[in-house]
Amino acid sequence: MTPILQIFIIIPLLGLAISLLIGDKNETAISKTAFFTVGLTLFCVVSFVGYWLFNDHPVLNLKEIVLFKSKEYEFLVDLCFDKITVVYLLVGAFLTFLVTIYSRYYLHREHGYKRFFNTILFFYLGYNITILSGNFETLFIGWEILGICSFLLIAFYRDRYLPVKNAIKVFSVYRIGDVGLILAMWASHHLWHENITFLKLSNAELVHEHLASHSYTGVFISLMILLAAAAKSAQLPFSSWLPRAMEGPTPSSAIFYGSLSVHLGVFLLLRTYPFWEYQLSVRILIVLLGLCTAIIASLIARVQSSVKSQIAYASVAQIGIIFIEVALGFEKFALFHFAGNAFLRTYQLLVSPSVVSYKIREQFYNFVPRQHAIEDSLPKKIEYSIYLLSLKEWNLDSFMNYILWKPLKNIGRKLDFLTVNRLLLLFIPAYLLGLVFLFMNENSSEQPHEYLPGAFALIGLLMILKSFSERKSPLMSWLLLIMNHFWIALAISFNERFELTEVIFYLSGVIISGIVGYLGILKLKSYEKNINLNQFHGHSFEHPKLALVFLLACLGLAGFPITPTFIGLDLVFSHIHENQVILAYATASSYILAGISLIRLYSRLFLGPHIKTYHETAYKSS
Amino acid sequence: MKTKHSSKPSLRFDEHTLLHELKHFLPAQAPLKDFVHHNTLHAFQNQKFYDGIRSASKIFGYKVSLSLEEYRTLFSKDQINVDILEHAIAKRKGSTNIVEWKAKALYGKYDESISPRIGQLRSNWKKKYYIDLDLLVHPLLFRILCSYLDQGISIWSFPDSKKGFLSSMREIEQNTFSSFFKNERAKKLLLEDSCTIEDLLTIVVEDKSLFNQYIFDQQFAHQGWSGMVSAVENLPQTLIDQKKITLKELIIFELLLEIDALDTKFGENWTSLKHRLDSNPIELFGEIPETELSQLLNIWQDAFEWTYYDQVLAGIKASCSDGRPAPRGGAKNIFSAIKPTKSEFDKTPPLGAEGASFQALFCIDDRECSIRRYLEKFDDSCKTYGTAGFFGVEFFYKPVHANSSTKQCPAPVTPKYLIKEEIENSKAKTNNDIHFGRHSQSLFTGWFIAQTLGFWSAFRLLLNIFRPSENAAAVSSFKHMDTNSKLTIENKNLDDINEGLQVGFTVEEMALRVGNLLNSIGLVKDFASIVYVVGHGASSVNNTHYAGYDCGACSGRPGSVNARVISFMANHADVREILRTQGINIPASTQFVGALHDTTRDEIAFYDKEILTDENKQKHIKTEALFVKALDYNAKERSRRFESIDTKESPNAIHKRIRIRAVSLFEPRPELNHASNALCIVGRREMSEKLFLDRRSFMNSFDYQVDPEGKFLVNILNAVAPVCGGINLEYYFSRVDNHKLGAGSKLPHNVMGLFGVANGIDGDLRPGLPSQMIEVHDPIRLMVIVEHFSDIVLAAIKKSDQTYEWFLNEWIHLVVVNPVTKELSYFKDGGFTVYEPLQKTLKSVHDIEDLVESHQENFPVYLIN
Repeated sequence: MTPILQIFIIIPLLGLAISLLIGDKNETAISKTAFFTVGLTLFCVVSFVGYWLFNDHPVLNLKEIVLFKSKEYEFLVDLCFDKITVVYLLVGAFLTFLVTIYSRYYLHREHGYKRFFNTILFFYLGYNITILSGNFETLFIGWEILGICSFLLIAFYRDRYLPVKNAIKVFSVYRIGDVGLILAMWASHHLWHENITFLKLSNAELVHEHLASHSYTGVFISLMILLAAAAKSAQLPFSSWLPRAMEGPTPSSAIFYGSLSVHLGVFLLLRTYPFWEYQLSVRILIVLLGLCTAIIASLIARVQSSVKSQIAYASVAQIGIIFIEVALGFEKFALFHFAGNAFLRTYQLLVSPSVVSYKIREQFYNFVPRQHAIEDSLPKKIEYSIYLLSLKEWNLDSFMNYILWKPLKNIGRKLDFLTVNRLLLLFIPAYLLGLVFLFMNENSSEQPHEYLPGAFALIGLLMILKSFSERKSPLMSWLLLIMNHFWIALAISFNERFELTEVIFYLSGVIISGIVGYLGILKLKSYEKNINLNQFHGHSFEHPKLALVFLLACLGLAGFPITPTFIGLDLVFSHIHENQVILAYATASSYILAGISLIRLYSRLFLGPHIKTYHETAYKSS
Repeated sequence: MKTKHSSKPSLRFDEHTLLHELKHFLPAQAPLKDFVHHNTLHAFQNQKFYDGIRSASKIFGYKVSLSLEEYRTLFSKDQINVDILEHAIAKRKGSTNIVEWKAKALYGKYDESISPRIGQLRSNWKKKYYIDLDLLVHPLLFRILCSYLDQGISIWSFPDSKKGFLSSMREIEQNTFSSFFKNERAKKLLLEDSCTIEDLLTIVVEDKSLFNQYIFDQQFAHQGWSGMVSAVENLPQTLIDQKKITLKELIIFELLLEIDALDTKFGENWTSLKHRLDSNPIELFGEIPETELSQLLNIWQDAFEWTYYDQVLAGIKASCSDGRPAPRGGAKNIFSAIKPTKSEFDKTPPLGAEGASFQALFCIDDRECSIRRYLEKFDDSCKTYGTAGFFGVEFFYKPVHANSSTKQCPAPVTPKYLIKEEIENSKAKTNNDIHFGRHSQSLFTGWFIAQTLGFWSAFRLLLNIFRPSENAAAVSSFKHMDTNSKLTIENKNLDDINEGLQVGFTVEEMALRVGNLLNSIGLVKDFASIVYVVGHGASSVNNTHYAGYDCGACSGRPGSVNARVISFMANHADVREILRTQGINIPASTQFVGALHDTTRDEIAFYDKEILTDENKQKHIKTEALFVKALDYNAKERSRRFESIDTKESPNAIHKRIRIRAVSLFEPRPELNHASNALCIVGRREMSEKLFLDRRSFMNSFDYQVDPEGKFLVNILNAVAPVCGGINLEYYFSRVDNHKLGAGSKLPHNVMGLFGVANGIDGDLRPGLPSQMIEVHDPIRLMVIVEHFSDIVLAAIKKSDQTYEWFLNEWIHLVVVNPVTKELSYFKDGGFTVYEPLQKTLKSVHDIEDLVESHQENFPVYLIN
């Protein structure tokens, strides 16, 4: 019955493809496609689970689809099916099904009806890939899809400022989680010398044997996994993104941030539990993290005066408890808690507008001024301090700004002297020099060079930082992003056996999307004279098609799984040696920041309030 | 502009005047529970409509009309008539320039972008200091305001000292290890009691002549919140959990946060805004000249409006003189200019031998337009009337077990009376839906609830999607008052005072109100044996703007209580005795019955049926069946606008779907409310009976013969202008600029503190109407059509300056129909000119059912035959 697993991915994929082809005015066809796609998947899931239970519920593993193969490397899609998958699959199919029906009427006549359903189906595809994944690579494909869908759904109202701003913020936090995942993948390549499947991870003896000799690597991998999980599940210190994600239509907030997406961090922990089961320090850390999150998030939830942020923080607090449950090894309990929390929050968010009439009526009959809260019994000074801190979300949001964006922007600013010309003058010779080194290196020794790869990767990273903080020329920003990939390719080439075919494989996607994006910017420039990156321009209002093409180019350049670059990237990491930590960090950081920079670039050009005001435009405060 | 604005540069800063003016321009929308429609641009009402909206657009950046492209599309779809367009051009530009201006109107290219004056001064922070103050200040400011004003969402509520906003802030700041601020200076300034707006502005701006403009810029960067603070300051009792806050305190606190943000970035030694300005910004309220574009837009708007009005007026003209027997009383005088006297009217014979089968009073509301038409269609001997839905009785209503009371009359009125609901042995009404409770948000109870109730939620959601039904989240108009309750209507003891209000009305007070009501609608004789008084309300679920769906004349509450109260009064023997002395003779056999029409579900409930005599009981059974049938057809007519319902189905089947719609969580449009409203007809039913007006008209019954001096007309028009005009203009402005004057799409709305909605968690409050309410609305001004003599009408509107302003400044159009000659006169610039409709014939329609099934868009006016 293993091959059947593929249909849970194929059906949403087909549904997505069909829904992309329907005209955007044809609401019925769009919503019916979504209805049948998710409905059919739900039906298959239920039947299959029944059959599976009847047949002694074995753990299934499908190792089949090889996407790339070279002498010592293969990228394969691997699917795994066990009780964790079952719970996530059922909850996901059930809730997505209900929400598609709900949205069919709810979104009637909304601009972007089609966009909404496309994104929901895309999200569902990404969700299913993630939870059915049998190895890190497959999981990462789904993970990336979820990230970009999040961005698209939060920025669904793309003609307003706050949704776009918050979408970029959330996307950035997700990318930080992705660093964790990438580095975990990198380290585990070196730990196992293969693309390890989750099934093998559950082989305790095998894991134990490997970790005995590489205990630091083991802890490193666990920590990176925890980073990814914490970011995705809005645990400390990332919690403040969750309420800010509630910018899309209520059903999408409900399904994404109320239930499915936000519980995927838990999923990642459950999936990798056999790996860190014997690392006591990691388990203690997870318990502590969950505990702190639970306490702080519930304090913040208590002072929230808007209904959606209250639900968001209350949900984060519960997920904190689920983290604890997972770390303590109560897997079944955690699964149960996940399902309950997902259902509860989805429903609460969906009925959240009703809170006005419900509570006003309640007060009309039973109003008691200023209810006594437990905190009132604390000493006044402590009470007020905690209240104020909670009101300010324990400064979590400003903390993220402070440690992350400020330094990045500052470094980028320092590079302000770079213009397009200087850039070309400076770095093309440098790159050529690098190539010369490379050839010399090839002839001289077999050993990987000690410093050069790291240095080149750092130059690549600098490119990204500059692109990230560029305020004037979008072309410049774009060029920098392309160059980064070349620097990385150069850096890796110093390592052994990175063949030319592999380089081409890696750069093919970069070049194609690079050219498309470049032309896109030129085209936009020819329409609109002045496009800087100082503000949001909202050009998708007049050029929606160009916006879509440019978005695809951005995704391609960001190494999103639509071009071979995605696999190439994994390939690149497989060539980074265990001891080349700088290279690994620089490459991973470039990858992450490039994604953020691209999304920023796209948003500044095409999203936000339209700069032309001949039609209704939104306030910046909305 | 007539009034002088303090925001003119001056060397003196007058805080009081500034605050006063600021409040005048800020949105005036009350908290959600007291949502009442009003003119969004009320602050500009002292100018002529087109001047007012042009100013508003230039100053505040609002879009105030459709765009040229939209008008041109309407023109190409024949919804703007070419003759009327030319007429509109001729009127403004002279008939010699028609060709030139028509070419401009149709093909001219203009830059329609709006660059407002507001925000210019403060934009220098970004331009010169590279600091985005709004981004730094707004999130925290909004969060603090929301928590302070919160009505019960938060579990741990704001430690409010009850001494006012700033005192509370001070108290917290003094007693905390944390702080609102990042630097010492702002903290110190807050703790010093004495700091004023002027002091702080001196730090920030320095130049006194810029102070006013700076504050306008600052407050209009978040007009939603400022407007809410101003509304709460003006009327603290609008919040159940009352909060003391003033706009002044808000401004002071915001200035402190700004200083703090600037200190954080530059240290304490930054130079004030004055020093970095290249030039002084354009004066906010300075002269705003007309442009060719603004003139063109006005021409188009005129043409758009009159394309519709012209049909209506042609229809009125046609139905008044189509050769059939003219309405009672008017017949013999048709060619005489002599006004009929009241005594003459009394002598006219009653209609038919038995008179009307029944009479029914409805609210003036445009949504009652079609149900009246169906009742008359299925029983041509019945009579229907329209009047403001509080039926002339103003009071506070206190339901059983409630601990506060709610106003049941138009918002500007403050009643002196209290009506209490009494039910013997009733249990307290409790809500217990745990999904809204605080337990699910707490850590430990939440833990338990998620694991147990979470699965129940899944089931509830499933049910709600596949079988929507009544639930705790829903608002139902029928729940407003219990059918079996008793109301304390009659006051027999003047000392019976509750909460400072007199409980019930005395017999004289009752007689006065019944007499006024009957006189104003012209129902003073020929009473049928049952007179229904039908209030209205609405039901919906997941609807934050629910109050806007109920009866506007009852302050956004269902009108059931008023219907019952007035029926009780009119049935009272002593009241009838007094009325008899005034010439209104209600026969003993006549009984008044209160009822409630739910406009969303199209259902009706009758109250106090047990008082009916046996004979009337029999009649009522028949009438009730008639109502049910009419409601089915009404539902069908409404359904044509709903995508999810097939209008070709039978009325009964459609009605079932309409009822389900009202309780469906996923339905953002339970009903379309006042969308497409455009008219208000004040006159006898005969004037509009034969017209198909597509539910676009408010209808107030009035008989000029009963009120020859226009005494009652004054009250009618005093209510029509702010209520109907307010509704109309709120729809108008929300439609033309849904982003800035409306609330945007309701789908992403987040409820803030139970009093407002915002997008996401740190956005500004969004006053105005959501796009789902206005999308089918055609933005045209209200035309009031009054049947009386023009001098009487003129005198009536001049009685109140406020009312007169509405008409004189053309925020509402007025046409008077001479009841005798049927001549139409249009009111402009204080006088009347005769209006002759350009359209001579109207299409007629026989079968409305066929028509309704034909399409979703607005219909032209048809004659019904």
